[in-house]
Amino acid sequence: MSVKLLYFAWVREKTGLGEETVDLPGSVQTVSDLMAWLKARGPEYEAAFDKSDFIRAAIDHTHVTHSTSIDKAREIAFFPPVTGG
Amino acid sequence: MIRIQQEDFDIGAEISKLRSGRTDIGAIVTFTGTVRDTAQGECISEMTLEHYPGMTEKELQRIEQQATARWPLQGSLIIHRYGTMKPGENIVLVITASAHRQAAFEAAEFLMDYLKTKAPFWKKEDGPDGGTWVDARDSDDDALKRWETRRKAAE
Repeated sequence: MSVKLLYFAWVREKTGLGEETVDLPGSVQTVSDLMAWLKARGPEYEAAFDKSDFIRAAIDHTHVTHSTSIDKAREIAFFPPVTGG
Repeated sequence: MIRIQQEDFDIGAEISKLRSGRTDIGAIVTFTGTVRDTAQGECISEMTLEHYPGMTEKELQRIEQQATARWPLQGSLIIHRYGTMKPGENIVLVITASAHRQAAFEAAEFLMDYLKTKAPFWKKEDGPDGGTWVDARDSDDDALKRWETRRKAAE
């Protein structure tokens, strides 16, 4: 499955990327699986997803939990808890 | 109405626009969030706000719809800026208009509490020691829970 990934704030700074498109193996089924898969891609990703419990995710512009399925997702974003306002 | 923009806004002009030609409004509440020059005792020279284009619009619209469903509002506006700002500059504006003050006050507070915990914005403060991403505060999550409790109590 090919999916667009977006990173914001310190997750973006640590991965060194704003966005990328990746091909995912079938074993990656949830947001949590995806973070574990990304973490194994290299030191930048390992640093970015080190505190993965703390990282929030959105699928196609909607907030989701780590146990949410990524099936049919077109765009998945990872970011720290929001601090606007 | 919601707006996400880099440029500053004119609070007076926005209020005038919202109430223009209306005589049914009895109360207008505005909240303005601005850049402080200190955080945890450290000086801040500027602040940069990053956001998630596409999702930000969607979240702000959703938040505004929730407020409209919950209070009898005759108008509302959310403006949130992104980009780099200096201390003293405006960051966010919320205006709510209603026939009576209670709905306008409560809706404005509700909009800010939801925006702070749901809208995808991230603040980075720049000071003498470089840039620091602002941490989310538990008190903001607590502020949000208060509205959920009130809703349950009303049911």
